[in-house]
Formats: sequence, structure tokens, C-alpha cells
Amino acid sequence: MGLGLLSNTLVLLGKELRTELRSRELLTTTVIFILLVMVLFSFTFDPSSSDARRFGAGLLWLAFLFAASLMLQPCFLREQTNDTLSALRLAVSDPFAILLAKLAANTLFLLATELLMLPVFAVLYNVPVFPVFGQLLLVFFLGSLGVSVAGTALSAISAQARMRELLLPLLLLPLLTPVLVASTQVTAGLLDVQPFVQWKGVGFLAVFDLVFLTALWLFGEYLLEE
Amino acid sequence: MKKQAAYAAFVVLLLAAAAYAAFFIAPTDARQGVVYRIIFLHVPCAETGLLSFFVCFVGNVAYVLKRDAKWDWLGVSAAEVGLAFTTACLVTGPIWAKPVWGIWWTWDARLTSTAVLWLLYVAYLLLRSLIEEPERRALLSALFGIFAFIDVPLVFGSIRWWRTQHPQPVIMGGPGSGLDPTMKAVLFFCWAPMLALMVLLMQSRYRLEAMRGDLDVVRREMETA
Repeated sequence: MGLGLLSNTLVLLGKELRTELRSRELLTTTVIFILLVMVLFSFTFDPSSSDARRFGAGLLWLAFLFAASLMLQPCFLREQTNDTLSALRLAVSDPFAILLAKLAANTLFLLATELLMLPVFAVLYNVPVFPVFGQLLLVFFLGSLGVSVAGTALSAISAQARMRELLLPLLLLPLLTPVLVASTQVTAGLLDVQPFVQWKGVGFLAVFDLVFLTALWLFGEYLLEE
Repeated sequence: MKKQAAYAAFVVLLLAAAAYAAFFIAPTDARQGVVYRIIFLHVPCAETGLLSFFVCFVGNVAYVLKRDAKWDWLGVSAAEVGLAFTTACLVTGPIWAKPVWGIWWTWDARLTSTAVLWLLYVAYLLLRSLIEEPERRALLSALFGIFAFIDVPLVFGSIRWWRTQHPQPVIMGGPGSGLDPTMKAVLFFCWAPMLALMVLLMQSRYRLEAMRGDLDVVRREMETA
């Protein structure tokens, strides 16, 4: 069962990545959205370099969260047009593989856009990020995983409701409060004049990811019921 | 129906007794003065709200596993009642905080967690209103309710990092803490009418939801006939 789940997940992940690489719709729109937030934010605060160190982490994570709540919309909506979700369900032995592939793809997309936007943030706000790049990568990964796990589950829910485009952020953003708080805290430590890693925060993010992965594993199959 | 009316009358009496105890039996606080008396409403509301959300969670899990509409009715009733108590808690909190702390609101762990909790259950009810088909609505909202409830300890834990301004647990809060015995007794007594009110509201709301469910079945039968 374990091996079957893994190979099924990998095949489905390949399908998700291929779909995205052919159109590049998600990545392009998400990158532009984050860029837009960064530029508009500077008009509201007119931040100096030291301001940016204080607010930068929060700005980054808010932008990532809002971008994610848009990026996660088509995740299950896409499968509805030709009812491909039923086909997927018939194809795999464990429906958890579908969720696992989708959340892995979402984590990768989110992480890719975050890494693309990080140098832009560094330049626009005069905050050096390269000395702590490795640590930032770790936080971005754990944070994006948390966003994707919860986001994939909720996008499966919201795809079946009316006003789904508006609904997903309303469901997702309060649920992600812990990720926002922890990621912002750790990132703020890394952007400090004397950067430091808040391991407590890193551990907290890992716990969040694990808790929601377990919940998804336990209740995921019900999310995909016809 | 008669039984419920009698029970409602009992709840009203209990509430009146609690109000009397809060205003006339509990002594005035040495430092905070009269304003502290709002805790006799605020604390029971907070606890009852949390308990309602726990009932909602139980209903959600039971629905997912058993698929009996009754659990869905319990879930939505508990969520609405919990939201009402949490709203009361969020309103009475600032009224107390302004004279005592000098500010209406602070982003401390318990306040912020309660605010996020409130938002999560508003989202739960919003989700329900946006799905037409009853079984789908029951299943999806139950799943969201489960995720939301799991999130609560994480929300609280994450916000704990900020220095917290809320009074530390006074009852069973370790050495040095403690409430005047009369105040403590009144506080516990005030919780009883809130719990009784919770049961009354949940019962009525459940009955309403059950009627809606029955009506829906009839309506669908008519449409297919």
C-alpha cells in the first residue's frame, strides 16, 4: 500500500507539474500579484531600510498568503470542467494520493514564486537576504507546506460551493493564522541586523504541518466523495 | 412544548439569580472597583462559547463517520450558539479592559485567539449558506469544522509568543493567585445559568434545523413527483 501510494502520488505530481508548465498560468499570476503587493505596500508606508527590517517579514508573508489563496483556487476547480476528478479517483487505489500530489505541487509552485520574489524584495526594500538564504529557504518551505496542506483541503471544499472564488480566502486565511504568526516571527529574526534563527518557530511550523497532514490523511478521502 | 416553556422560565430565573449574586453578593474588588463585576458575565460566556464549539466538533466528527443528519443539526446549532456566546465575550471584554487596562483591545494571546476563533466559525456558517444540497453541505461543513477546531490550539500556541496582557489564570493559576472565596463561588454560580441557556438555545435551534430538514425532504419529494 505504501509503495502504491508513493508511485501513484509521483505520477499524479508529474501530471500537475506538466499541466502547469504547459500554461504557466499559476506561476505568472502569483508572481505578478506578489510584486504588486510589494510595490503598493511601499506607497502606504514609505519604509526606510530599518522599517523594512521590522515590517518586511510581515509584508512578505501576507503577500504570500494572499497570493496562495488565489493560487489555490483552480486546484480542484480545474478538475470540474471535464469531471476529471472522477477519472482520477478511479485510477488510484488510495484517494489520498490525489491530495498528496496536489499539495506537493502547490508547495512547489508557492516555494518557486517565493524564491523568485525574494531578490526583488531585497532590492526594493534594501534588506540583505543572501547571507541567510539557507535558513530563509527552510522557513519558506515549512510555511509553504503548511499553507498548501490546509489550502489544498479547503480548495476541495470551496470548489463545491457557490461564490467559490470569494469563499476560499475567507475559509483559508483565519485557519492559517498560526502559519502567518510563526513564519513572520522566524523570518523577522532572519532579516534582523544580527540575524538569528528562532528554532522554536521552525519547530512550531513543523508541528503545524504534521498536524494538518495527519488530519488530511484521516479525513482526506471524505473530501473527494462524489 | 410545555416542558420547554417551563425550562425557559427556569433559565430566566437562574439568570436573574446570577445577576443578583453578581451585583449584590460578590464583594467589590479592592483595586478595580465595581467594573470588575463584568467578569461574572464575561468569563462564563467565554467558557460556554468554547464548550459549544467543542459540541460542534463532536457533531462534525460524528456526522462524517455516521452520516446521520441529526449530527449535522447538532453541529450547526452548536456553532451558532457558540458564536453568540463568543460575541458576548468579545463585547464585554473591551468594556472591562478600557477602565482597567486603559485600552479597548490588545493583541494578546487570549483575545486574539478568541477573535480568530470567532472568524473561523463565521466562515463555517458562511460555507453552510453557500452549499445548496443538504448532504453535501453537511459533509463539507463538518470537514471544515474539524479542521477549524484542530486549528484552535495552534492559533493559541502561536500567539502565546507575544507578551500576553490578559490576566493570568486566577483560579488554579499556581501560588500567589486566587480569588476571594465569595467571588469564586459567585463566578461558579454564574456559569450555571449560562450553561442552562446554552442548552435551551441549542435545543430550540436543533428543533428548527430538524424542521427545516423535514421540510426539505417533503419539498424534494414534491419536485420529483
